[in-house]
Amino acid sequence: MKSITRRMLAAMAAGAVVAAAGPVLAQGKVLKFVQNGNLTILDPIQTTAYVTRNHGYFIYDTLFASDENNAVKPQMVDKYEVSPDKTVWTFTLRDGLEWHDGKPVTSEDCVASLQRWGKRDAMGTKLMDFVKEFKVTNDKTFQMILKEPYGLVLDTLGKPSSNVPFMMPKDVAATDAFKQIDKYVGSGPFIYVTAESKPGEKHVYNKNPKYKPRAEPASGLAGGKVVKVDRVEIIEMPDVQQQVNAMIAGEIDVIEQLPHDLIPILKKDKNVTLVDWNPLGHVFIIRFNHLQKPFDNPKVRLAALYSMRQEDYLKATIGDAAYYKICAAAFICGTPNASEDTKGLLIKPDFEKSKALLKEAGYDGTPIVLMQSTTLPVLTNMAPVTKALLEQGGFKVDMQAMDWQTLVNRRTRKESPQAGGWNVFHTFSVSADALNPISNSYFVANGEKSSWFGWPTDPQMEKMRDDYAKETDPAKGRALAIAIQARALETAQFGWLGQWYGPGAMRSNVSGWLKAPVPVMWNIEKK
Amino acid sequence: MLDFIIRRLIAIIPVLTVVAVFVFLMLRLTPGDPAAVIAGDNATSDQIADIRNKLGLDEPIWTQFVIWIGNILQGNFGESFFFKKTVAELIAQRVEPTLALAICTLVIAVAVAVPMGVLAAYRHGSLVDRFVMGFSVMGFSVPVFVIGYCLIYVFAIELGWLPVQGYVRIGVNFWGFLERMVLPSVTLAVVFVALIARMTRASVLEVLNEDYIRTARAKGLSNRVVLMRHALRNAAVPILTVIGLGIAGLIGGAVVTESVYGLPGLGRLTVEAVLSRDFPTIQTVILLFSVVYVVINLLIDISYTLFDPRIRY
Repeated sequence: MKSITRRMLAAMAAGAVVAAAGPVLAQGKVLKFVQNGNLTILDPIQTTAYVTRNHGYFIYDTLFASDENNAVKPQMVDKYEVSPDKTVWTFTLRDGLEWHDGKPVTSEDCVASLQRWGKRDAMGTKLMDFVKEFKVTNDKTFQMILKEPYGLVLDTLGKPSSNVPFMMPKDVAATDAFKQIDKYVGSGPFIYVTAESKPGEKHVYNKNPKYKPRAEPASGLAGGKVVKVDRVEIIEMPDVQQQVNAMIAGEIDVIEQLPHDLIPILKKDKNVTLVDWNPLGHVFIIRFNHLQKPFDNPKVRLAALYSMRQEDYLKATIGDAAYYKICAAAFICGTPNASEDTKGLLIKPDFEKSKALLKEAGYDGTPIVLMQSTTLPVLTNMAPVTKALLEQGGFKVDMQAMDWQTLVNRRTRKESPQAGGWNVFHTFSVSADALNPISNSYFVANGEKSSWFGWPTDPQMEKMRDDYAKETDPAKGRALAIAIQARALETAQFGWLGQWYGPGAMRSNVSGWLKAPVPVMWNIEKK
Repeated sequence: MLDFIIRRLIAIIPVLTVVAVFVFLMLRLTPGDPAAVIAGDNATSDQIADIRNKLGLDEPIWTQFVIWIGNILQGNFGESFFFKKTVAELIAQRVEPTLALAICTLVIAVAVAVPMGVLAAYRHGSLVDRFVMGFSVMGFSVPVFVIGYCLIYVFAIELGWLPVQGYVRIGVNFWGFLERMVLPSVTLAVVFVALIARMTRASVLEVLNEDYIRTARAKGLSNRVVLMRHALRNAAVPILTVIGLGIAGLIGGAVVTESVYGLPGLGRLTVEAVLSRDFPTIQTVILLFSVVYVVINLLIDISYTLFDPRIRY
């Protein structure tokens, strides 16, 4: 028998390595992406969670989409027409649209998808108030017939963020809007690989080989969704420090958003590029409980706004001025509805005016309950700033620390703060959700019926929002938006406390991350 | 012995009943609403109420409890509110990493700590003894995540010898599995090494002063035989007790270690479920941990008989 030589051993070892690497090589170019949170719910209509919205953009497509200038462009739709009286919208789908199971996308699928989404999304609900009926003309054409003209049809169908009107097969879209779907078939550029996806570990998306991108170049969420990798894996990594470590070690390719205190570590790594993929960023919000004393009194709410200074919040939470912007516009600076005419409110505090308003309102000095979230790093420092500013403005403040989920639960309670309710809390929103008075849910003033937490009631605000919704002339729409912002400040419905940006990171062998309000993985190349 | 085992197994029933009632009530009575978490930040109160209704969370607490217990008795642990999977499926997916971490940690801890403790006792008062004691104090004092980050910085980032994070299933790639288990296991083992080494030292030290050890030495037995066959075996009962208690502590340590190293195990599942108020998952995982704890204690009790023939059940 021949003895085993060193060369034979080397050959065997090499063979073993090739065999072990086999499955990896077979997968082709794999992009490893870490999101800002765990993906648990896979139904983007069931929840507004941004990680679920991102999942939606992988596997579903939309009728319309907004480009990098926030202009709405057709996506699944080939052409659309609107009747002269602006009540009949006719949509014709592109050729060659197919679900991942090989069935063609039909008008009926789209109508069912819009109806389900219209029961959950704020803008969708508003649109459906105007919809008289849907009519399916043929497999590729359907009509949306309105009761009266509605100015935001395209903005609504092309809304970029949660809940996005994703198109689903009719049988999936038939699921109760308040129950989760359990079949993840879309017509988007990626196919969700259920068999390989393990919640808490990773989610796998293969390139959809049958997807037909639009001919136009990719721009924002619009244009051709050309997938340039074979597979994307969302790696679930809850520890942000570990995300940074894994990026440095080259174990992952893309991080959605970095905590601001860890940015300097990656900034000096030449193998990593920071990407400001969401130019509109986010906006901080302060929300009052309009049902309970003392914020049931508009003068007290206004007193609170007179005590606020955006810069204090932004310095305390974000720190580096490169990643925040002081902006008095409720509808986000740099967008069509923006107006910074707030007469200094939210920018320059006037504590004497605040104290005078409190005296006028008869504020009795009862401490207001301020809920502080301690588990979302970007929100943790908001409440202490509010406490300090409000106290300077004459308030007494009882700041109560809690985890975000407890806050999310407690903010649904309408009882008095002494009985487990609340007076005031902070949150933030993706700016893309806040661009007009209909998509910006903080402006809803419909009381307990459908207002966001805090439940403001203001019939005049609701009428102005309706007028805005019906307005089809952009110039008049902008004038109405400015008036709505002024009204919100007059009644001190809520406060907007500055814009901030959270860059993502990618390895330097990765390129093509599109600027959009959502991190999308098409157009990204990996060398 | 068989009677003892049966009695102990029957005793699991009241323990689990108490745990079930306690966990169920704690979850319902503490703040947190899964419907609000599911609906997301932009949902209105009405939408949250609709989801709560669909999940059956607007039923009275006792009705929910009866339904849950009834389902458990039929072997149905429910469906996660979030993952759209049964809790049994979720747990099955997450058991392997936790089990692997626990076994590797225990093997490392016992393999390092017992010889360290024996050596420290044998060289009582020497530099070796002081080193072992110093290491024990450090192991107890430094939080698991700090040890983890330090090891990652040195071995994964600076030296590049091992991966920073992640898990490869043992059946997929054994080398990849081993590579990814080294740092988490060593991280988690540090505290157990400290605990077991200290206990081993104390037990062996006590035994070394016994008459039979002197007799063994007088018979001319070598130090190795005296230490391993006579001293360590007689010192084993308290060491086993500490190892048993350590396994319970290991469940807590796994939560942190799995989060730091991105291991998709039961510890992380528990944290995720608690943060999102996924009631069915939390309840089942806590019940599972209780069963594991009780069974491990039973096994430890049984193992006493192997080392000390005077113990009989």
